[in-house]
Amino acid sequence: MSGLVIKNGRVLDPSSGIDGLYNVYVMSGRIASVKSISEDTGEIMPGVDVLDAKGLLVIPGMVDAHTHLREPGFEYKETIETGTSAAAAGGFTSILCMANTNPVNDNESVTRYILKKAEGCGANVFPVGAVTMGLKGEKLTEAAELKAAGCVALSDDGMPVASAAVMRRGLEYSLIAGLPVITHAEDPALSSCAVMNEGRVSTLLGLKGIPNAAEDVIVGRDVALAELTGARLHVAHVSTAWAVDIIRNAKKRGVKVTAEASPHHLTLTDGMVAGYDTNAKMNPPLRSKQDADALMLGLKDGTIDCIATDHAPQSPVEKDVEFDKASNGIIGLETAFAVIYGLVESGALTLDEMVSAMTIKPSKVFSLDKGSLKVGASADIALIDLSMKWVVEPDKLKSKSKNTPWLGKTLKGRVVKTFLGGHVVYELEGAK
Amino acid sequence: MRLKRKDLLGIEDLTKDELEILISTAASFREVSEREIKKVPTLRGKTIINLFYEPSTRTRTSFEIAAKRMSADAVNISTSSSSVVKGETLKDTAKNLEAMRPDCIVIRHSSAGAPLMLSRYVGCSVVNAGDGSHEHPSQALLDILTVKDKKGGVEGLNVAIVGDIAHSRVARSNIYGFTKLGAHVTVVAPPTMMPKDIESLGCAATYDMPAALKDADIIMMLRLQLERQKESFFPSVREYSRLYGLDAAKLKRAKKDVVIMHPGPINRGVEISSEVADGPFSLILDQVTNGVAVRMAIFYLLLGAAKEEAA
Repeated sequence: MSGLVIKNGRVLDPSSGIDGLYNVYVMSGRIASVKSISEDTGEIMPGVDVLDAKGLLVIPGMVDAHTHLREPGFEYKETIETGTSAAAAGGFTSILCMANTNPVNDNESVTRYILKKAEGCGANVFPVGAVTMGLKGEKLTEAAELKAAGCVALSDDGMPVASAAVMRRGLEYSLIAGLPVITHAEDPALSSCAVMNEGRVSTLLGLKGIPNAAEDVIVGRDVALAELTGARLHVAHVSTAWAVDIIRNAKKRGVKVTAEASPHHLTLTDGMVAGYDTNAKMNPPLRSKQDADALMLGLKDGTIDCIATDHAPQSPVEKDVEFDKASNGIIGLETAFAVIYGLVESGALTLDEMVSAMTIKPSKVFSLDKGSLKVGASADIALIDLSMKWVVEPDKLKSKSKNTPWLGKTLKGRVVKTFLGGHVVYELEGAK
Repeated sequence: MRLKRKDLLGIEDLTKDELEILISTAASFREVSEREIKKVPTLRGKTIINLFYEPSTRTRTSFEIAAKRMSADAVNISTSSSSVVKGETLKDTAKNLEAMRPDCIVIRHSSAGAPLMLSRYVGCSVVNAGDGSHEHPSQALLDILTVKDKKGGVEGLNVAIVGDIAHSRVARSNIYGFTKLGAHVTVVAPPTMMPKDIESLGCAATYDMPAALKDADIIMMLRLQLERQKESFFPSVREYSRLYGLDAAKLKRAKKDVVIMHPGPINRGVEISSEVADGPFSLILDQVTNGVAVRMAIFYLLLGAAKEEAA
């Protein structure tokens, strides 16, 4: 039996309310015990590896509720192998992957293919099945079978379910499978041909804007439909102030709704688009400062349950083109921790709130049984040097794609080691 | 004299000094076009490529004539007969043109920001001949020159720009240009064609055309793209024309010395009636004449005069 003890680190596990100097004992890939340094007698059995984590933050491996792994179909952008490597390098050990692959993950054979490919990779992969066949918004998928194959949620993410009637049926039917439905809230008629947030910057740049209302009306619609059906709704990548209000109000009324916000919507605004940087192009678009502030408030008061990256790899074929012709999306797995840690540094968020929103909370939203260092939990652990500054360099990124607005930027807080089931799946080059 | 910049991508980032240099240089070049031999040797040996991704008669011809009157070699590429139809990206087209060592690429493109993108890929000068709904700097320069000729200056004038402001690169460049030189710009459009926060560019905005016309010294009419009716930007050409078209009746309420401009091509009877377009207040053809001089000045200030400086 293999054993490991991670000693002397600052252990922060919101799931068990732990924050302090603890030793974490791992046996057979699971958390065996977490002992306060002052109470730990320090007897270590022979054959147990000892890792001194003095000066490091020790947290549960993080959970990302929103990634695009691009396989099958778009392996030139990302594969399950490279995507999970990126996850491990970012401290994520459990990730949900969206269904907009080719073929679409709308049947069990695709789900099984993804899970087969994910075996032995750097992170647990939890597939999200489509709500409708081919993401066309017409015919429902066989949700029960998708669940049996391993899907943990249903979503047409990337595409809205344009018809309210289809969304209603999708929500109703999800009750059979007991899976939450993730909505990509966008009214396609309001966002038609538009490429960035509608506002002062879109006017300056002469680009067609997507009004906040394109998101607001669908969040409102889907909350109403969740109430009507009693189904579980999760709102992906919330980007507008009003959507936060709608969700807050719905939660108060007891609607079964949860929500996520991305690191980029929390920290960047549409001013980033000036200069027509295609790495500032994503959907939903970067919004105003007021919207970002509202997301922050929502995160603080629990309206926004979790932080999810919407990791969306794109190659130069999609990004090295005119702004209005470029594809949406940025990668996020490897920068998420440091970007959100910037909010902790600025005092906007506590470290506990941050880690909670990136570990146990998303795990609970999708009933994953991850994101915790409780005894018996899978030994998924991330070690982080909070004081380390690092430059985001394309060559160093594990993701196959390099489309991030943080390229060349200096960030603070770096994952130095990641364990998945007690095994090292990532180690920062040159780290001790 | 030479502008201390590689490219002319828009009016937004020009200083007032740069604007004035461009305008006064253009005024001095106008005389060349009146000569019997309409040519100066200033840009002999320079190669200028006109890369037009959108159909254009006036602007492309104007840039070509300007290049030729400066003795530069002008090459025209229109996308219907180029590798673009074979799927070549702008970046690859840029790299390939760059490999032929041009001195300047003039680009017209339907995507806002395409000239900026091109300028990052090539070492030669890039001139924006209109990018999407973003900017059309040479149009604004020729408009300013035209107004200056007629009014003696720009400062303090009231300029009304009327039409589809949301989709107009001419409007944006003119708002920047005229406000930088001290004019007051009011944009006039139905709410459906008024872009959000347009006032942040430094202009006033109104839906009320008669009110805007009352104090205007300059009325600049924009072309209405008729296909926008399908996207519900306006209910009918008839109503648009009645509310926002310029005809003799509306013109009566304007100042006695008002002047009328239009970047062309005009929709007669839609945004402007024939009697106004061809009438005594119209400067439409002066604009076209000044276009050549402005483009000569752009080439000269970006490409020429290097040797003079060195000397």
